[in-house]
Amino acid sequence: MQLQDTPAEADFRRRLREWLGKTLPELPPPPDPSDWPGRRAFDTQWQRRLFDAGYAGIHWPVDAGGRGASPSEHLIFLEETEHAGAPYVGASFVGLLHAGPTIAAEGSPDQRARFLPPILRGDEIWCQGFSEPGAGSDLAALRTKAVRDGDSYVVSGSKIWTSHAEVADWCELLVRTDPDAPKHKGITWLAMNMDAPGVTVRPLRTLAGTTEFAELFLDEVRIPVANRVGEENDGWRVTMVTLSFERGTAFASEAVACRREVRELARVARAEGAWDDLELRRALAALSAEFAALWRLVQWNVSEASADGVPGAGGSVFKLRFSEARQRLYDLAARVVGADALVEGAWTAQRLQGLSYTIAAGTSQIQRNIVAQRILGLPKGR
Amino acid sequence: MHFQLTEDQRALQAGLREVLTRHEPDWAELAEVGLFTLRVPEERDGIGLGLPEAVLAFEEAGRALVRGPLVGTELAATLGRGTAEFVAVPARGPLLVPHLPELSCLLLRERDGSVTVVPAGAIHARPARAVDPQRPLWELTGPPPEGERCTDAEAARLTAEGTLLTAALQCGLAARALAEAVRHAGRREQFGQPIGAFQAVQHLCADMLARAELARVAVYAAAVSADAEEIAGAKLLADEAAVHNARDCLQVHGGMGFTWEAPVHLLLKRAWAWEQAVADRDSCLDALAGHL
Ligand SMILES: Cc1cc2nc3c(=O)[nH]c(=O)nc-3n(C[C@H](O)[C@H](O)[C@H](O)COP(=O)(O)OP(=O)(O)OC[C@H]3O[C@@H](n4cnc5c(N)ncnc54)[C@H](O)[C@@H]3O)c2cc1C
Repeated sequence: MQLQDTPAEADFRRRLREWLGKTLPELPPPPDPSDWPGRRAFDTQWQRRLFDAGYAGIHWPVDAGGRGASPSEHLIFLEETEHAGAPYVGASFVGLLHAGPTIAAEGSPDQRARFLPPILRGDEIWCQGFSEPGAGSDLAALRTKAVRDGDSYVVSGSKIWTSHAEVADWCELLVRTDPDAPKHKGITWLAMNMDAPGVTVRPLRTLAGTTEFAELFLDEVRIPVANRVGEENDGWRVTMVTLSFERGTAFASEAVACRREVRELARVARAEGAWDDLELRRALAALSAEFAALWRLVQWNVSEASADGVPGAGGSVFKLRFSEARQRLYDLAARVVGADALVEGAWTAQRLQGLSYTIAAGTSQIQRNIVAQRILGLPKGR
Repeated sequence: MHFQLTEDQRALQAGLREVLTRHEPDWAELAEVGLFTLRVPEERDGIGLGLPEAVLAFEEAGRALVRGPLVGTELAATLGRGTAEFVAVPARGPLLVPHLPELSCLLLRERDGSVTVVPAGAIHARPARAVDPQRPLWELTGPPPEGERCTDAEAARLTAEGTLLTAALQCGLAARALAEAVRHAGRREQFGQPIGAFQAVQHLCADMLARAELARVAVYAAAVSADAEEIAGAKLLADEAAVHNARDCLQVHGGMGFTWEAPVHLLLKRAWAWEQAVADRDSCLDALAGHL
């Protein structure tokens, strides 16, 4: 067991820190959360800067356009960018952390050449069209249908909760290609151009007041067969690849962010007098220990995966504990700021947004089912 | 960074698990396998390993619910002393010493953080009725006798390492509680199926795993960094994992868990005892708050 940087890692860290110190002050102020075109412009500009400096897709394979960095360097990147207060991946999330890695792992050489470079350069934004009104936790119940017609699939149906759909160029879309096959067998993974005729995007207003996600209506949308990733009807397996990236390190940098937020909240508590409240002070201390441990868990999981290629129990454990701890952090922030928690402000916005953590990317109940059945081997109920 | 066990560490872990679970080892056997001399340099007849290895060993001792003054004796060995307990003066309640007749000395930590080495023979105490039947207690009847005061640096080291080793015991205990719960849930049938098929039971067990894993990684990291703040956090998480997991394990066992027939109550009682040992919850929290 060791946590120290090797000389090469230390060197990487130093250069990255220098670059961040020089680059971050040059960035424009971040846009308002409700200004999606503004957010897209901001996030893609940041992605372009990372690309030009050689930091885009840091852990992607070199032949997929990445830097091919080691898992440790990937973690250093997440740690340092977060410490320095660099922008979050934002609108680039699905492309960089979901669709891109999936195409890198499962796509054809043509697909890799077509789709990966624009993701890395920040030229194209992706969204995730998995959930449907009738298929949430039970994702394989999806019904959006695709019928083969020559070189195309003709797709009709609807998707929901599609994050960033308003500004996305592409959608990783799950469709049903065989209505008669068993639930998990008739699904196919397609890359859909959001500008294709028949695609309608209806933004949904979240409880935080933003339009974080949208509904998609698909009316006989033609998607070239060449945009199919993996085999027809083999989409569930491809999806599991996608989801393993989601549960892998997709939320890792947020664990670092939370450590920063706890310290920030302690500073606010001192300024507001809340620090004298012993119970509150201790609650903050307990959270700081939890976030420190969550970051160690990320390091453990990444080291474990790099040893034998198989992610351990850690992914679901991390997701479960992280989402609940982060919600506790914002509830605590509300106690620190007192009456101000009822007025719209930065901590309140975080508190509202945070309500999604135990729902999005697999609810906490679903994570517990996974841990109990797949890791602990408890029997399935009748 | 490579935050995984080395081959040697895995071998140590597996070897100890074998020895400690085959039958309940007596004190001589524990000394024989080197539980207390892991960190003593080889020229002083020790094994010459580090804090991470000691943590792995104590995790196994916790899993096997080994009795006796484990942590104090390991610390005393680094000072060239014999069997010992590390006892912190509590914020409230009497000063209690476990296993007093077996001790050669006491590492006594005052509220101000100082540590003195007190000869056990000079202590006046009467037996107290301990909740944990495998961890008998003696209550001091007068002020503790004079001892040899450690330097501040030594006191800080002993406290940090004692806290960490106790946290390691708790990690082992938490994992054991989970294993007992899963075993029982897979066997006990109600409503025509194993209770482990019920989601309410599955979710109890899933939370137990999440607690145990997070605490384990926190303890390993603290052993590598030897950082005081990280050690306090690790103890906090390990205590939570042990106490909560033992409690949930009892719940999964139903009425059986409330009897002496099942070993579950021993897990909970020991988790309570180790929770108060060396650095308790409040002192860990205050230490952590001090770093914020
Ligand atoms: C902010 C946000 C962004 C999102 N972004 C996207 C996106 O970009 N693309 C996309 O495809 N999806 C997205 N989602 C959808 C997300 O994946 C689903 O909301 C989630 O999987 C839950 O599905 P559901 O909302 O239909 O809830 P339901 O599945 O209806 O669940 C409702 C409740 O029932 C519980 N429940 C359901 N089944 C079980 C079970 N078997 N055992 C125990 N409890 C159960 C759930 O835990 C939950 O408490 C997003 C969601 C949010 C909140």
